[in-house]
Amino acid sequence: MSDICVRFTAVSKKYPHFLLDNISLELPAGSILGFIGANGAGKSTTIRILMGLVRQDSGAVEVLGHSMPADQAAAKQKIGFVSEDMRLYGAATLAWHMSFVASIYPDWNQAYADKLVRRFDLKPQQKIKGLSHGQRVKAALLLALAHQPRLLVLDEPTTGLDPVARREVLAELMAVLADEERTILFSSHNTLDVEQISDRIAFIDRGRIIDFADKESLLDRWRRLRLVVPATAALPHLPGIVEVGGSDRLPVLTTSQFDPSVLSLCTDRGATVQAVDTMTLEEIFVANVQSRRELQPA
Amino acid sequence: MHSDIVVSQFSGRPMYLQIMDQIKQKIAVGDWAAGEEIPSIRQLAVSLQVSVITVKRAYLELEREGVIVTQHGKGSFVAPDPALSPRLYEEELAQHLDRAAELGTSLGMTEKEIVHRLRKAVDQVSETRLEKENS
Repeated sequence: MSDICVRFTAVSKKYPHFLLDNISLELPAGSILGFIGANGAGKSTTIRILMGLVRQDSGAVEVLGHSMPADQAAAKQKIGFVSEDMRLYGAATLAWHMSFVASIYPDWNQAYADKLVRRFDLKPQQKIKGLSHGQRVKAALLLALAHQPRLLVLDEPTTGLDPVARREVLAELMAVLADEERTILFSSHNTLDVEQISDRIAFIDRGRIIDFADKESLLDRWRRLRLVVPATAALPHLPGIVEVGGSDRLPVLTTSQFDPSVLSLCTDRGATVQAVDTMTLEEIFVANVQSRRELQPA
Repeated sequence: MHSDIVVSQFSGRPMYLQIMDQIKQKIAVGDWAAGEEIPSIRQLAVSLQVSVITVKRAYLELEREGVIVTQHGKGSFVAPDPALSPRLYEEELAQHLDRAAELGTSLGMTEKEIVHRLRKAVDQVSETRLEKENS
C-alpha cells in the first residue's frame, strides 16, 4: 500500500452549468486536508467523485489503493463518510443505527462507540427525529468514526454547530489523528477550523483548484505590507502582488510570494516598510479568489 | 505534562511561534529539564488540537536553534546543553526590544524618546529593587 491515501489525477466532470476542471490532489496517509471553497465552488462534487457517488468524465481517482468508482465497494469498507445531506432514519433510535452500521462494518468498535456516546453527550434510546441539528451531526459522526475507517471524509462537519459541539467534533477529529495511519479530508467554509487542524489546504473556486499547499508554507508566503512611499519615489514592483489598496503615498500591498528579500526591494526604491502583517487563512482565501475573479471574470 | 501550553488563533502570532515561545519558557524556568523527553509531535498536536504540521515546524525550528534534539525512532528531548537558559533569556530580551522599538516607531516617537523611555523603565526597576531592600 502506498503512503498516498487519496490521489486525484486530472479529474474533470461537466454539468450543464458547472465544470469541475482538471482536479489533481494528493493526500498522504496520517494527515488532514482542509478543503475550502465558497458555496457552489465544487467541494461537494469533488467529494462525491471521491466517494464513487458520481463518475468523473475523465481522469483517475484512487482511494486507499482502490480505483474509483470501479472499486468503490472495497474502498468504502475503509472510509467513514459524513455529509450534510446524509439522513438518518427519523423513526429509529441511535442505538438501532449503531447496531445497523455495526452489522455492515467488520471493524466496528463498540467500546469506542460507547465512549463517543458519552463524549458527545448523546442518548442511544432517543429517536433521531427528536434530535437537534448538532446532535444529528454528532450522531452521524459517531457512526462514521466507530467503524474505525482509514479515511474520514467529512463534508462541512462543523457547519451549524454551536461552539461547544464544534469543539467536541474538532477534538474528536484530532484524536483520530493520534493514529498516524488514519487520514481526514474535510470541506468547510469555516476557515478557522481548517486553519487550526489541517496539515494541507486546498482552495477551490469555480471548479478549479486555485491553491494546494501545506498549511505552514501557505501562511508563510502570504503577507500584507503597509508602505510609505515618498512623493519622489515610485511604488516598487514586487513579486506575487495580488492586491493593491490604500493610496499612492500609503499603499497596502498583498503578496502571495513573500520572503525577506521583498523588504529590501522596498527600501532600495526609497519606500519605508511600516508593517508586515501575517494573514489569516480566510483573508488569504478571499484575496486569492477575488484577484483571480478580477483577472478572469466568469 | 503538556496541557499548559496554550495557542490562540487570534493573537496574530503564527501558531508555530507560539508553541516555540512556550516550550522555550518551560525550559528556561525548568519545567522541562535538560535531557528530559518531551511529547512527540503527534501527541502534542492532538493535545493542543492543532495540525501536526504546525507542531512539526515548531520542533524543527527548536532543533535548529539547539533547544531540543530529536532522535529518530526514540523521540524528542530537551537539549543537554547547560548554557541554554541564558541564551533563551537573551533571545527573549531581543524580541522584547524589537517589539518596543516597533511600537515606539508606530506611535510616532523619535529615537531619543524611545531611548529615554527605556532608561526610565530601567530606573523604575532599580527603584523598586531599592525599596524592597530598604523595607
